[in-house]
Amino acid sequence: MDFSYSKTEQLFLQMIRSFAENEVKPLAAEVDEKEMFPEETVRKMGKLGLMGIPVPKQYGGAGGTVQMYIMAVEELSRVCATTGVVLSAHTSLCMSPILEHGTEEQKMKYLPKLASGEWLGAFGLTEPNAGTDAAMQQTTAVDAGDKWILNGTKIFITNAANADVFIVMAMTDKSKGVKGISSFIVERSFKGFSVGKKELKMGIRGSATCELIFENCEVPKENLLGNLGDGFKVAMKTLDGGRIGIASQALGIAQGAMDETVKYTKERKQFGRAIAQFQNTQFQMADLKTRVEAARLLVRSAAWKKDMGLPYSVDAAMAKLYAAETAMEVTTKAVQFHGGYGYTREYPVERMMRDAKITEIYEGTSEVQRMVIAGQLFKK
Amino acid sequence: MNIIVCAKQVPDTTEIKIDPVKGTLIRDGVPSIMNPDDKGGLELALRLKEQHGATVTVVSMGPPQADLILREALAMGADRAILLSDRRFAGADTLATSYALAGCIKTLDYDIIIAGRQAIDGDTAQVAPEMAEHLDLPQVSYVIDAEKKGDKIIVKKENEDSVQTLEVDGKCVLTVLASAFKPRYMTVEGIIEAYATKEVEVWTADKIDVDETKLGLKGSPTKVFKSFPKALKEPGEVHEVSEEEAVELIVARLKEKHII
Repeated sequence: MDFSYSKTEQLFLQMIRSFAENEVKPLAAEVDEKEMFPEETVRKMGKLGLMGIPVPKQYGGAGGTVQMYIMAVEELSRVCATTGVVLSAHTSLCMSPILEHGTEEQKMKYLPKLASGEWLGAFGLTEPNAGTDAAMQQTTAVDAGDKWILNGTKIFITNAANADVFIVMAMTDKSKGVKGISSFIVERSFKGFSVGKKELKMGIRGSATCELIFENCEVPKENLLGNLGDGFKVAMKTLDGGRIGIASQALGIAQGAMDETVKYTKERKQFGRAIAQFQNTQFQMADLKTRVEAARLLVRSAAWKKDMGLPYSVDAAMAKLYAAETAMEVTTKAVQFHGGYGYTREYPVERMMRDAKITEIYEGTSEVQRMVIAGQLFKK
Repeated sequence: MNIIVCAKQVPDTTEIKIDPVKGTLIRDGVPSIMNPDDKGGLELALRLKEQHGATVTVVSMGPPQADLILREALAMGADRAILLSDRRFAGADTLATSYALAGCIKTLDYDIIIAGRQAIDGDTAQVAPEMAEHLDLPQVSYVIDAEKKGDKIIVKKENEDSVQTLEVDGKCVLTVLASAFKPRYMTVEGIIEAYATKEVEVWTADKIDVDETKLGLKGSPTKVFKSFPKALKEPGEVHEVSEEEAVELIVARLKEKHII
């Protein structure tokens, strides 16, 4: 078993770390404070091929691996969780379902623009009455001969304010329940589509989370993604992949908080010595470091299985559950180590703690991850 | 146009540690990087390539692990990479190094040779100028801008207190400053190709045009007697204030120290 990074991955890590340090980190506080979408950063990422890492070259991507993609999410989130989730939602929730379920025409039409960063992607499943119980879809899609007519509202949609393409779930046949849900590729410019209210959030404040509103929205026939009635399957499979992305985001936040805390505790002096010299600090930090490394192995293992074409649904759930709870624990303790300063916006750990919380909630709450893991464990 | 870029792998440190017994640099545990001025040189070469079309070949002399900076160069956009690696090159001072590099370049087609001004480990700034002498080429050092106009190259060169604009005919050696050419990032595709489809050619002394007695330790007249770390001065303070405030500040400090 080889746990080391390949030569390609090592070179990639060198590049993404330098990009994160020099281009992303300097903006992180402002992105949070002003709820500023990092548009310029996304443009730069597009130029470097970061917006289409795991997309094959024939569709305009970089032809990389899932492993490289999640390394990018981790390294970006280490300095700015907003930038990390922009990439994660775009890649896992929009490009992946097109790549995995799209027709050749759909791939040729959408992937090159998404992979180059010219277009940004998003995903719409959640509704006011369909959160964890995602099968309770009330958005409808009616066959109107040459097009589909969509009606309904989606909420809490990551990237919504800036996205050009949305993967949207809607009920095409209510009588069939879960099997009556289908998925569609919706462009921002489609008639009857609009982006609604923007949420005011605790963390990842630079990522604009909004409602999607469909009022007799006209979607061309050929924009049905996957087979009719396969929408729920498409959504669940998409979220399996998305969870590896969010697990990496959580891992990045945790790592970022570790970095800041090591630096701070070495500098901060109380009772005549650096607080890093106290055994309480050392033991707690040792435990946190161990958790972060364990989370990293779970995340890399899930990504490896996805790259190998092996089943990874439970692995992704475990990675996300563990990494998200690790991020919450590490950032909370990081604030504690920083004392009063940690509670102020002078230090980035305050932001990191706010950013960490969402990783326990979106793309399946920690409770949903436990359901997935237990479901496999007690399968008949 | 064929552009050759010379690059060196150096330890990434501003606080260079020196072995007190051997007087050589301690490289263990220090990450290695492409020398910043050389990376600036590669950036200039890649810009010229974008503007005029060119084949960019990067040449480095060093141990096998210097492969890493050549992969980086390929991932940034270089077309070809050659690593001069052979025990016979070991222990070379700047004269033997420049001689070996020149011996390699003689075997290649080229129009311009670009190198960094100096390496952050040795800080001699001698290799590229010596190489120009071995190749009998004109050289411009401390370059901060270069553009190609027809067959000529218009070069801006930084002096201590002025900038000169020079025109160079034909083949030449340029040495550039990192500060003038912010290097681009590697692209994801470039990184993948650097290992998947491109290669780093490893050349030994047999492959280049040299007299073997002038290589490595044998060909090095320079002997290091002693190296020691220099005590660093504390960094100064920077105050961005008006002239009046600056005068007050200085006077206050001088009084504080009982100088006036």
